[in-house]
This record gives sequence, structure tokens and C-alpha cells, in this order.
Amino acid sequence: MINLFNYIDRPSPIHRLTGACKLVCLIAWSVAAMTSFYTPLLIFLTVASLVLFRVAKLKVKDISFMLGIMVVYIVMNNVLIFLFSPEHGTSIYGTRTVLFRIAGPYVVTAEQLFYHLNVILKNACTIPIVLLFVCTTNPSEFAASLNRIGVSYRISYAVALALRYIPDIQREYRDISLAQQARGTEMSKKASLVNRLKAASSILIPLILSSLDRIETISNAMELRGFGKGKNRTWYSGRKFSKMDILCMVVCLVLVILSLTLTYLNGGRYFNPFI
Amino acid sequence: MEKEAIISFENFGFQYTAQAEPTLYDINLKIRKGEKVLIAGPSGCGKSTLAHCINGLIPNSYPGKITGSLTVGGKNAQELGLFGLSKTVGTVLQDSDGQFIGLTVAEDIAFALENDCIPTKEMHEQVEKIAELVDVKQVLHHAPHEISGGQKQRVGLGGVMVNQVDVLLFDEPLANLDPATGKQAIVLIDEIQKRTGCAVVIIEHRLEDVLYRPVDRIVVMGEGRILYNDVPDQLLCGKLLQESGIREPLYVTALKYAGVKLTPEMRPSYLPELQLSENQKKQVLSWFAKQPPAEKKQQQEVLLQADNIDFTYEGGHHALRGISAVIHKGEMLSIVGTNGAGKSTFSKVICGFEKPQSGSLTLNGTDLSTMSIKERADHIGYVMQNPNQMISKTQIYDEVALGLRNRGVSEEEIRPRVEKTLKICGLYPFRHWPVSALSYGQKKRVTIASILVLEPEMILLDEPTAGQDLKHYTEIMDFLAELNRQGVTVVLITHDMHLMLEYTPRAIVFNAGKVIADKSAAEVLNSPQIVEAAHLKETSLYHLAQQCGIGDPEEFTRRFIARDREVRKHD
Amino acid sequence: MKKFSVKTIVAIGIGAALFFVLGRFVAIPSPVPNTSISVQYGLLAFLSVVYGPVAGALIGFIGHALIDFSYGWGVWWSWVIASAVFGLLMGFAAKLLKMDEAEMGKKGLIKFNISQVVSHVICWGVVAPVLDILIYSEPLDKLFAQGLVAGVSNAVTTAIVGSLLCVAYAATKTKAGSLTKE
Repeated sequence: MINLFNYIDRPSPIHRLTGACKLVCLIAWSVAAMTSFYTPLLIFLTVASLVLFRVAKLKVKDISFMLGIMVVYIVMNNVLIFLFSPEHGTSIYGTRTVLFRIAGPYVVTAEQLFYHLNVILKNACTIPIVLLFVCTTNPSEFAASLNRIGVSYRISYAVALALRYIPDIQREYRDISLAQQARGTEMSKKASLVNRLKAASSILIPLILSSLDRIETISNAMELRGFGKGKNRTWYSGRKFSKMDILCMVVCLVLVILSLTLTYLNGGRYFNPFI
Repeated sequence: MEKEAIISFENFGFQYTAQAEPTLYDINLKIRKGEKVLIAGPSGCGKSTLAHCINGLIPNSYPGKITGSLTVGGKNAQELGLFGLSKTVGTVLQDSDGQFIGLTVAEDIAFALENDCIPTKEMHEQVEKIAELVDVKQVLHHAPHEISGGQKQRVGLGGVMVNQVDVLLFDEPLANLDPATGKQAIVLIDEIQKRTGCAVVIIEHRLEDVLYRPVDRIVVMGEGRILYNDVPDQLLCGKLLQESGIREPLYVTALKYAGVKLTPEMRPSYLPELQLSENQKKQVLSWFAKQPPAEKKQQQEVLLQADNIDFTYEGGHHALRGISAVIHKGEMLSIVGTNGAGKSTFSKVICGFEKPQSGSLTLNGTDLSTMSIKERADHIGYVMQNPNQMISKTQIYDEVALGLRNRGVSEEEIRPRVEKTLKICGLYPFRHWPVSALSYGQKKRVTIASILVLEPEMILLDEPTAGQDLKHYTEIMDFLAELNRQGVTVVLITHDMHLMLEYTPRAIVFNAGKVIADKSAAEVLNSPQIVEAAHLKETSLYHLAQQCGIGDPEEFTRRFIARDREVRKHD
Repeated sequence: MKKFSVKTIVAIGIGAALFFVLGRFVAIPSPVPNTSISVQYGLLAFLSVVYGPVAGALIGFIGHALIDFSYGWGVWWSWVIASAVFGLLMGFAAKLLKMDEAEMGKKGLIKFNISQVVSHVICWGVVAPVLDILIYSEPLDKLFAQGLVAGVSNAVTTAIVGSLLCVAYAATKTKAGSLTKE
């Protein structure tokens, strides 16, 4: 619970990068992956992200829990796409190469499989990067990084506050929930849906109303120590960009440009091997 | 020569915008450089409002009408504003979790520096220095939930000291600390003041605990006015404290019962320097001899039996190590110990919130391990510390009825049961009120009522009187004592030594996951080894008894408590 | 840009923390197997009414992004943005319809619920699917089916949890002055 965001402190080149740099890279990488359907680029990004994963000295067992959820998600998503729209690939790529029939409208085409491959690649090339970001960035550095890349310090600090108070609120939720269960509140399947939601409210109401009191105390404490008086503030955990940071950011920005250029040169979003 | 005043109230008054009457009247008060002042008074006397005026939360966060003048460091407080004042006055709030804003200790200490745009490198150096001063250097990179309550408070102090303030303002610094940690906090405040020469203002109603180190002046407030503003010795000789509902130091009360005439020359405000003549000692001795021996309750039937309970949290924290304890029918008892000693975990195990890895727990001879949380709650009721965390309905009646409704009891049966419970709890006249219209103490009663309505054999209360002044404390505790007389077994988890001495004949002491003592409260508090191990605090009666040459300080304590309850009942 | 008060900043931080805890740890089984109900939208609707559209949007954005970060399944920006839009719309609706959170009578609750249903329809029926089409080119009918399920279940939870919260909050604002002992 303490290490909710799974920050793993290990000496590696990726750990040494500043949080702000990693945040820029994460965003650039995501944009590159999101805009592109150019399959060779997606394959490159996926391979590169796995390599970076090794460079950060992360091990599969560090993230086995996250990996499990991810696989379930990707499988479910693809099954849903197929169930709803088995001919989606055909409509995108314009040809129809039937491989085999299952039943009724469910026909497996090469185009559909290729489309699924692209969807999976799009997920696969960003997920390791998000994990990388989460596992190698000290939460303390997060707010400073946001501020660094241009988010106002007030909003950056709101993020820091969220990270600070999540464990407290989680503990409070647990305590309240147990005390309510002792009084007979039932949230499991034994109760009807509406009753389950009402039961949840009997926990949420004290939790949220006492949080409103907390908001007042914290904002008093912050103002008493001078929060919000200036146009700027400095950060204890802030770090200056190193050469390596700048290099990484440049590389990631190049990726974005590459992704956009390839889409442009390709004359369309989709890399099409069928024509 | 008199030093110049750093804070100066002149004919000062304040009225909150939302209220019909002023909260402060005619305040004339000067606090001088390097002075240490204690501001005491019952809840609602205006002491917190006064503190908010000094640090600028009034009028910044709490608007209202100000009359008269307040200057801080020679400048008008309103012109300085909240941020201007924060350069002179550093405030440590009562709620140490609210005060702790940073993700780690170091970041929290740095918070004010960050807001001043101090460059990062310089900031690291300053944080290092302050951390050394308040002794938190070894936990600099820990998160708030990884450090103890005492450390949290030190961090809070460090976080305001980085501003190099001239005044340190503490709002109820002892409220959330166990007795020994509270003692350390008072020592720390004293040392910091001596080292930095800043003025210290402490708002607190626990007089005896603050007086563990001398203060220059005590200001007593009542109903928005200053009732007393002078040296402590003079105050302790008079009757004002009793009249204003502030608890005197126990040894002072004991001396008064014994008929000793106190004078300021005897230095009654500081126990280590208290002067008693031979004659006065004799007075105490003969008073002790005249008091009837305190009655001892005989043992009753066993209600709950815990045998060799072991529990380890998921993260590997071994919280309970072979706990064996017995709770008798109709008993009122305390469970004490430091934070993290295992007392809360033990209560969670009793309620079924946590499942022990080994050991057995029986209630009336029946094994509890197969019972669900809900089933156990029919026998054992659990009342949380903060009533706001328990109350989920807007109407008092619905709140008390909730547990019965959840158990599928019919409305016809619910009505008489709820009404009966409301009568027992003194809430019947309010039954159609919304919960929000009640005071904190009344809300506490609502939560107790909502548990009692299930007719448990035993109720378990977590810190029932935390943060309450003497009047509300007495109200809550007398109510629990009355319930106990009616046959409910009452178990209290507490830090409060007075509570333990006054109301619970027996105490179970936890330390590092083990029971280290199970005996009478007076015995516990008169045993230096247990007191030390469990982070408790010896009662001052122990020292008084020693000074007067009484061989049995335990019995002295018991007789004093018996007498004191008699007296307070007739108030 | 208008400067936020410190209190609003704290409300955004604590609101996002609450959104996170509810979304991540409060698992109420739903009728559909292997899915749970998102009670956090009831909270978000309530907080947006109390603290306004910008705070609502940021609570939704930060809270949802943190949930995605902590699961490590990648950040689903389309849905994160939809949560932010929901907070934004609820905040605007509260201003537009002059909802008074301190006095949530029958009329107030009707306004609250109409706004939340409309906002959910816009977010899960339009914003999320459109973004998904832009980013992932997923089939339309799959996305709208997903949006429908999410929208309906979120609207139901908001109707119950959000309304109860509003009523409870309004009750804390009742003054003792008008009450007599019986």
C-alpha cells in the first residue's frame, strides 16, 4: 500500500533522468504511438520500449501484477472488437482475404488479424513506457516536474497533495468501512444493486464529509506557511536538466515528428500491406 | 528592564460574520520577546480564536468584525496580512496530519522555503540544519505514515522554524500524543525556546502537562475575556482554575484537599521545586490516614478470553506476539500503551476486523473465530474515535436505527428499541434533530447509542475523550460509567492517564505487541518500569507522596481519586 | 487565467485522492461478471457542484490518470479526458441552473440528476468514443456499446451516491437555531 505507484529505487541510467524529462518523453512517446497506425514504426517503438525496460533494470517479477491486468485487458478489448465488428479490418484496408469461417457473420480475414496486430502494438508500445515512468520516477519529483514543463505550480501542487493524502484516505476508508460492516452494512452480492450502492454511500458520506473538514485544515496549514503568495515557487525535489535529459527529450520529439511525417508520406494513417 | 512587546492586543474584540455575539471582548494582552506564555481555558472560551488572530487566519480565512488593535512586531496585524504575519509567527496546528503537507519529511520542512523561492541547493542546506535542530535527521526521506506521532510534531515544528520566526504558536500540541511523547514535546519546545530566544505561545487546556517545564505566564480565558494574566504560581494558589473548568495539577488539588495553604513562595507551579514545610507534609500524611481505604472490586465471571494471540500484518509487521488477556463481565477497563504497541490491533482482532494467525478468542466460552464481523457486533460494539467518521445518516433517529434496519428488524420493533436507547443516552429530546445540529460530545453519544441499540454485552471505545476539555470529558466519562453501572462491559483504548486512574479500576498495558502489565491503574502508574516501557507518565501524586514520605504511593493515589470524584460529583 | 484560491487547490488534491481511492479500492460487484461499479462518479458530480467546473475537471483528470498510472495498464487518455469533461459539465450545470449545494431540496435534486444524466451521455456517448476512434480507429458499434454500458452504470451510481451525498452535505449546513427540544 505504501508503494502504491510501485516506485522501485535502483541505480540505472533511466532512474538518473529527471522526472520532468521522463514526463516529456512519456507524453511524446504516447503522442507518437497514438497518432500512428504505421506498422513498422509501431514495431520499432515496441522493441525500443522493451529495450529501455531492460536498461532500467526492471524485472518481470517487479511488475507481474500489473502485467497480468494488462494482458487481461488487451485480450478482452480484442475479443470485444472482433465480436462487434469482425469486418472492421476489411473496411479499413479495402481488401478481403478470407482465412477461415467460424460461424454466422464471424469470418476471420487477414485484414482483420492485421488490424488486431496494430491495436495490440499500439497498446504494447506505450504500456512498458508508462510502467517505466511509474517505476523509475520518485513521486516526490512528480509535482516539480509538472511545474517544470509549464503546468502552473498551484495545479502541480494539487497533484502532490493527491499523492500525499491517498494513503491517509485509504486508511480512513478502511476503518470506516469496517465499522460500518460491524453495524451490518452489506456490499457483497448478497444485497441488491441499489442496496449495495446505498451501503456504499453509508461509508462514503462520513469519508467525504470528514475530507471536506480536512480540506479546510490543510489549506490553513498551507497558507500559514506562505503557499500561494508568489508567482513562482522552487521545489526541494526539483533538479536541473542534464545533457542526457536534453538528449532523451530531443529523441522523443524526433519520434513524434517521425510519426507525423510517416503518416503524411504514407498518404493516409494506415500502413497497408494488402495493396 | 521590561522587554519590548512582540504581540500586543489593545482593547481588541472580534465577532465572526456568521455569529450574533462577539467571540472576543476587551482583550488587552502583551507578549514580550523571548517570553513563554500558556493560554488556557475550556472549549469555546475563545482561545483558538485568539490564536487565529495572532497568525492571521482571522480575518483571512475566517471573516468577521475586528475592533481595537493588534500589533505584531510593532506593525498592524491587518496590514501585515496572513503572509506578512507568517514571517514573524510560526503556527503548529493541532492536527499533525493536516500540518504535514509534504510527501516526505524533508519536503515538508522545505515547504515554506519553496514558497519563498529559495534556490534548491540552499534549501537542502537549511533543511539539513533544521532537521538536526528538531532531531528528525535520520527520517528525512520518510513518508508521513512511516514516522511516529512525536516525530510528526517535530517535523511540524521544523517546518515553521525554517522561516526564522520570532514567535512560535502551538495550538493544543499535546492533543494527539501519548503521555511520554507529550512530555518530550514540552521539553523540546523548552529547549528550542532557550536556543533561539523566540517567544512561545502554547494554547492548551492540559495545564499539568505543559507545566512539566516552567512557563513565564499563564493567561486564563473564559467566555471571550481574559480572566487571569500573570505568573503561574499565583494562579495555582487560587480557585480560578476550578471555577473555569480547567483541571489543576493533581498534586495541587491533593495539597488543597489536605488543607495545605498554598502560597506563591512555595513555587506550586513547578513540582521539582515545590517547597513543603515539615508541618505541611504532616498535614498531607494525616489527610491520607483519615481517608477511607479505597474499595477493591472483586473478580467476576469471565466475558472475553484471549489466549496466546499472534498477528502479523500483510507487510510483515508483527503486531501482536502471544497476547493473553481476560475481560470480566460488567468491568470497566483501559487498554494503554504507545502508538504501535498493539492496542488498536488487539481491538481490531476482537471485533473481527483482522484475523489472527494463531491463538483463540472466546466470548462466554464460545469460540469467536467462526463469527463474521457483523455477528460479533451483536456481542461486541466498537465505537471509533472520531464520531464524524461513523455517522452516515442525517437524522439522529435514522442513525441509531441503522444497525437494526441492516439486520432486518421490523420497524415496529425498531421504534421502542431506538427510543429506549435515546433515553439512556440523554438524546431523546433531540430525536427529531439533524445530526449536524449537535455538539461534538452529543455526536459522540449518538455513535455510542447507535452501537448500544444492538444490545452488545461489551463496548469497545477508541480514545473516547480525545481533544475534549474537562467539562466534556467529565460528561462523556460519567455517561460511560453510568452505562457500566447498568451492566455493560466497557473497554477503553486510551492515552489519557487521568481517565485511566479515575474511571477504570484495571488497566492492561501493551508494549511492542505484548502485554507487559495487567493490574490496577494506580499500580501501573506508580511503577516506574512499566511507565517507562509503555510511554506513560508517572502521576505527580507519586512524587508528592514520596516527598511527604508516604510509603504506599499507590494507595495514596487511589484515595485521592476516590475523594476527587466525590468532590467533583457535588460540583 | 484566474488564480485559484488555496482552498480550491486543496480541494482538487483531496478530491483527486478520494476519486483515486474510490476508483481503485472500492469494488462493488456489478451485475455484469468481472466488472465493478464506479462509485467515484457520484463523488465527482458532488465535488464539481461544490467547487465549480475547473476544479471538477481537474479532479476527474488527475484522479483518473492516477488510477491508470497505478494499474500500469497504460494511460487511456480518451477515458481520462472523458472523466475530466464530466467534472467540467457538472460544474457548469451547477452554475447555469443555480444549484445551491447548501439547500438541496427536491427541486435541486431534480436539477442535479438531469444534469448528471446529460453529462454522462455526452461523456461516454460522445467524448470517449470519438477520442477512441481518433486514436485507435476502433469500430464504432463496439465503442458505443461500451460507452452505453459505462454511461448507464455511471448515471445510476451518480443518481444514488451523488444524490445521497448532496442531501447529507446540505444537512450539515442546517443551523441549530430553528430547532427545539421535545
